[in-house]
Amino acid sequence: MSEPTTGTPGTGTPATSKAATSKAATSKAASGKPLKQIHLAAHFPGVNNTTVWSDPRAGSQIEFSSFAHFARTAERAKFDFLFLAEGLRLREQGGRIYDLDVVGRPDTFTVLSALAAVTEHLGLTGTINSTFNEPYEVARQFAGLDHLSGGRAAWNVVTSWDAFTGENFRRGGFLPQDQRYSRAKEFLATATELFDSWHGDEIVADRESGIFLKDAQAGAFVHQGQHFDIAGQFNVPRSPQGRPVIFQAGDSDEGREFAASSADAIFSRHSTLEAGQEFYADVKGRLARHGRTHDQLLILPAATFVLGDTDAEAQELAHEVRRRQVSGQTAIKYLEHIWNRDLSAYDPDGPLPDIDPDPGENTIARGRASVRMFRDPIAVARQWRERAAAENLSIRELVMETTGRQSFIGSPATVAETINTFVQTDAADGFILVPHLTPGGLDDFADTVVPLLQERGVFRHDYTGTTLRDHLGLAHPDARPEPESRRAAS
Amino acid sequence: MFAHPPLHLAVALDGTGWHPAAWREPGARPHDLFTAGYWADLVTEAERGLLDFVTFEDSLGPQSSHLTELDGRTDQVRGRLDAVLVASRVAPLTRHIGLVPTVVATHTEPFHISKAIATLDYVSTGRAGLRVQVTARQDEAAHFGRRTFPPLPAEDRDTPAGRELIADLFEEAADHIEVVRRLWDSWEDDAEIRDVATGRFIDRDKLHYIDFEGRHFSVKGPSITPRPPQGQPVVSALAHQSVPYQLVGRSADIGYVTPHDIDQARAVVAEIRAAQAAAGRAEEPLHVFGDLVVFLDDDHTAAQDRRTRLDDLAGYAYSSDAEVFTGTPAELADLLLEWREAGLSGFRLRPGAIGHDLEQITRGLVPELQRRGAFRHTYEADTLRGLLGLARPANRYAAATA
Repeated sequence: MSEPTTGTPGTGTPATSKAATSKAATSKAASGKPLKQIHLAAHFPGVNNTTVWSDPRAGSQIEFSSFAHFARTAERAKFDFLFLAEGLRLREQGGRIYDLDVVGRPDTFTVLSALAAVTEHLGLTGTINSTFNEPYEVARQFAGLDHLSGGRAAWNVVTSWDAFTGENFRRGGFLPQDQRYSRAKEFLATATELFDSWHGDEIVADRESGIFLKDAQAGAFVHQGQHFDIAGQFNVPRSPQGRPVIFQAGDSDEGREFAASSADAIFSRHSTLEAGQEFYADVKGRLARHGRTHDQLLILPAATFVLGDTDAEAQELAHEVRRRQVSGQTAIKYLEHIWNRDLSAYDPDGPLPDIDPDPGENTIARGRASVRMFRDPIAVARQWRERAAAENLSIRELVMETTGRQSFIGSPATVAETINTFVQTDAADGFILVPHLTPGGLDDFADTVVPLLQERGVFRHDYTGTTLRDHLGLAHPDARPEPESRRAAS
Repeated sequence: MFAHPPLHLAVALDGTGWHPAAWREPGARPHDLFTAGYWADLVTEAERGLLDFVTFEDSLGPQSSHLTELDGRTDQVRGRLDAVLVASRVAPLTRHIGLVPTVVATHTEPFHISKAIATLDYVSTGRAGLRVQVTARQDEAAHFGRRTFPPLPAEDRDTPAGRELIADLFEEAADHIEVVRRLWDSWEDDAEIRDVATGRFIDRDKLHYIDFEGRHFSVKGPSITPRPPQGQPVVSALAHQSVPYQLVGRSADIGYVTPHDIDQARAVVAEIRAAQAAAGRAEEPLHVFGDLVVFLDDDHTAAQDRRTRLDDLAGYAYSSDAEVFTGTPAELADLLLEWREAGLSGFRLRPGAIGHDLEQITRGLVPELQRRGAFRHTYEADTLRGLLGLARPANRYAAATA
């Protein structure tokens, strides 16, 4: 499934761990600045092209035992939350279902609710599309998940517009692309109105007087807008967090603005320290305009990692992982996204095609993120050909180079220091880690890197609160003030 | 050994129970209704009683004593959690009991429902079902803003306009079920091959587009969720009239019906069997369960007194679409064994007051039925289909290409 549309936190080109490593931890004393606390989360490595499913240790991406293992590891490591992506149509290439990566995933809400039963503290974050759902239903599900998890729910709001995904839904694909953010914004605003439609004290349940509800109008709402014209009564009382935590992905100007106005946390795709700092400053700088403060929006990029006993061993492992992620066939298929042509006749170990991409709408790969990543495929193709020629790279080598996935490579000490540097120097507030193995890919990180971060005093030894808002240091939103009319009536 | 196969028993969970004043009973937990612990306790108790499954009520608007509009009451339980999420939340805490959430076909996307119930089947390792429901409530339609319904007071249900609306809602529900079922089959069981030699994770020839085109929606498929453990989770529906009987006969694995005596039960079963035959599936197992609201006590008078006390608190005499039974577990056992002669294969009991009547079922009725050789002594299967004696169905697409 198309990953930005469906909300896998994307991973960009690799940060070279060496370049990113600085002396943040030791410079603390010099600057006198208190150490920031790192936020860590884990993305279940389901459907994506980072998973090395061919590894003998790779388990099921669909059985609940995989999710339970992963969630328990994240909770054992005191992570803030677990993250699940969503898919609404299987990816296709050349008119056929894509078969080289992991295919098949469960329903986001249903898995998160079950995970609430096998964890106590871990936040439960799910991507849910605002295009092929309705606010009343989604608000109900998230409010319900927040109740059923005791205040651990979070929603990654994503958008889609394409007719390809729409073919599975009543709405179809008629939403014009330029409306994707306007619908998303109105969707979130409407859902927020529903979350706020109960104040939290309506249920009296007094046996003696026979009053269950102190206000017959509890949950009343009216919303009239461009996309939704709805009214009635929300039927879920205010949840433990008031509202679930809101996440946003997206690196475009519109996406950044949307996040600055209404999100509690944002994913991002940059990966070098400098790019991260620039993004961080830009997005945090937008908050004031929306009447918000610096600490009301967390920047949590997605990151992959490869750990070894030594940095050199990690580099070797990382290369092996890359080779497994990018088979010859995968490389050709990846190239087809940009070329928008059938390239199956090309040898992955040979040179890049000397023909130009087929311009216009990409029709060869559908439901894939990378289709939309390249705005000018002809220019991309030219750059790639030049680079391959200059460095003498085959198709497969070129794809391995340009789609690098490991953000953090090194010994546990190196990775801990790199992560800490990113956070202390304001390139991020923490990371959403995406292991390449299901479901055990987080185990080593939990056992080796987390203790080092704890030793440095930058990561919690235990949970200090019970809700996800507590873990993230976010305030619980105040309930909407009760309207005059209703106060008078009651 | 016995003249009949053992009875199947389910319990319908809703709030603090089906009587509107149930929340005021001493054993009720009205402040816990929105906690996971409450639902976990109820389902665990039902599993202790070896019941086949529990159903969870749901609606896309506040509860109401009116059928098509809100009643503005504040003396009854209002508000509820999404039934699929509640079922999923308790799944890892239980091992044998079936979990059957209500799903409203009128306003939901069959693609979402299909993957949600398939996922419930994964998280419960084969114990998922669903109960399909339609709604003509105007206030619920206004929560979605996509369509409007005319007012439909009870006296209008038999007018041409009323009949047309109901027929339309059930036709949509039938399409909904058809799409959900096709999506469950859209992956063959062995589609995931993880063939390292060829680099293929799946055999895409074993994934199928469902290409459904209907009046209310069209769905391309395939599902994003692989075929669930049971192949087809159990589909059920409550039915009171000919139109829903047709739906049950055509599309369901279990129909819940509401006869008030054995003759009515016989007539309803006959109508459903005829609908089943007309749909060309006479040979397939289809359970017909009788629905009953129950107030149970060890002593008949105590049960009667309790019901009267609840009616006094509510301010009116409780009635239901289903027969309301008041008495002892032994008397209820008599009735169930009598009614099964009409062709009912099981019963879905709606506890009048859950805090009291659920345990009366699990610790009173169940041992009584066991003594009479009419109920299981231990769970004989790990899946809901297994408990209900339903085979794991073949995949329609695999059969077509074989």
